[in-house]
Amino acid sequence: MTDRARHILFFFPAAVLFLLYAYAAHNLPSWGSYRGPYGDAIARVAVYERHATDIVNVINYDYRAFDTLGEEFILFTAVLGVAMLLRHEGDALTRPAAKLSDEAGLSAAVRSVNLPALLVTTVFGLYIGLHGQLTPGGGFQAGVILATGGVLIYVCENTAAFRRITSHAAVEITEALGAASYAIIGIIPLLMGLPFLCNFIPLGTTGDVFSSGTIALISACVGVEVTAAFLLVVFIYLQEIIAGALPEDN
Amino acid sequence: MPAILHLLPYLVAAWLLLCGLYGIVTSRHLVHAVVCLAILQSSTYVLLLGIGFRLGGSAPIFADISTSKLVVDPVVQALMLTDVVVEAVVVALLLAMVVKAHEKSGSVSPNDLRTMRG
Amino acid sequence: MIWFGAGVLLLIAVAGAAVVCTRDVTNQVLALGFYGLLLALMFFIFQAPDVALSQITVGAVALPLMVMLAIARMKFRDRSRSAGDSRND
Repeated sequence: MTDRARHILFFFPAAVLFLLYAYAAHNLPSWGSYRGPYGDAIARVAVYERHATDIVNVINYDYRAFDTLGEEFILFTAVLGVAMLLRHEGDALTRPAAKLSDEAGLSAAVRSVNLPALLVTTVFGLYIGLHGQLTPGGGFQAGVILATGGVLIYVCENTAAFRRITSHAAVEITEALGAASYAIIGIIPLLMGLPFLCNFIPLGTTGDVFSSGTIALISACVGVEVTAAFLLVVFIYLQEIIAGALPEDN
Repeated sequence: MPAILHLLPYLVAAWLLLCGLYGIVTSRHLVHAVVCLAILQSSTYVLLLGIGFRLGGSAPIFADISTSKLVVDPVVQALMLTDVVVEAVVVALLLAMVVKAHEKSGSVSPNDLRTMRG
Repeated sequence: MIWFGAGVLLLIAVAGAAVVCTRDVTNQVLALGFYGLLLALMFFIFQAPDVALSQITVGAVALPLMVMLAIARMKFRDRSRSAGDSRND
């Protein structure tokens, strides 16, 4: 099908779809006038029931923890898929690391900011991960921030250190352990006679870092898993370039 | 408020949906198609947040405000938090497939990757 | 506040169209990063700081990073394949 025919074939259904969508939008509540009961009900009781102040994280890791468990396993499975598709078997990892020869070397500005930036990123990621139940943050955001700290090591030309960190089997084991411990935290209340993923740890005082029971614990597990998952994905994409691999001769 | 402002987030969500669809339909590079899929997914964020917004409401974090203050809908935000992460991993998996297809056939155009060879 | 939000929504519509219309994939990565930041700004205006934090870290940092890694890997493959061909000739 030619390009032009494709454009025309797309235009008319798109216009019809847009008009239908606009007509359906008339029945939605107008922008700014949220009426629904659930948001207000949860906002009223969550602080007293769970001793945590960040309602979004309370919903994610307590009221709707089962959804988040499923979503964490989506992440795990997707990384598994990437590894299955792109993993190199054999000796690709044992060759010496090739220095990425770029036309322009690293400027002195980037080189001098490398270590302080890494320190700030790691501390900030840990802070965001530990305070998820009090202020905006939580496991997912902290995991990605810590993973970008790992990528910083690679960006600043320390390819050998990056490879040593991320090709270690510990990264895969950590990822699997993070995902499994979320499920284990859910199963333990079953053994005590409570519902699956029930908040069974004593709740503590509102505003403390160690409050809100299993919410902080689950958030930490998710953070560990997301860090390992992203580091693994970045390493798998860069594996060939780092090992200086040549294409197979088949 | 003029009438168009009542519906603005929903119309912008529809526009983003159609832009993403147009990009996928007329794409000549597989990575371009994957990025347009990410634009498609982000149209749902605009729609969901548009539904949950309340004029005069504050963020649903009660660390420094009293619990009797009116807040915007936290349930929709919880849904979107997982949605954002899922978008990233779906794009990662799709890009792995694109890289593998490029490895096997040497081209990234959707028109060249038509039939499966056994 | 609502006019500010309306302005950012219109900017997002324009930026989304710009990302789609950028055909060169390397340029599209930059446009995607900018679009992610605009979305995060919109989430702040809509009183959703958690989601905004998520969007900044994932949609404006990790997503362009992964797309760039895929493009780099394909270019590396192309370059080593053509080097291999010229060596075999």
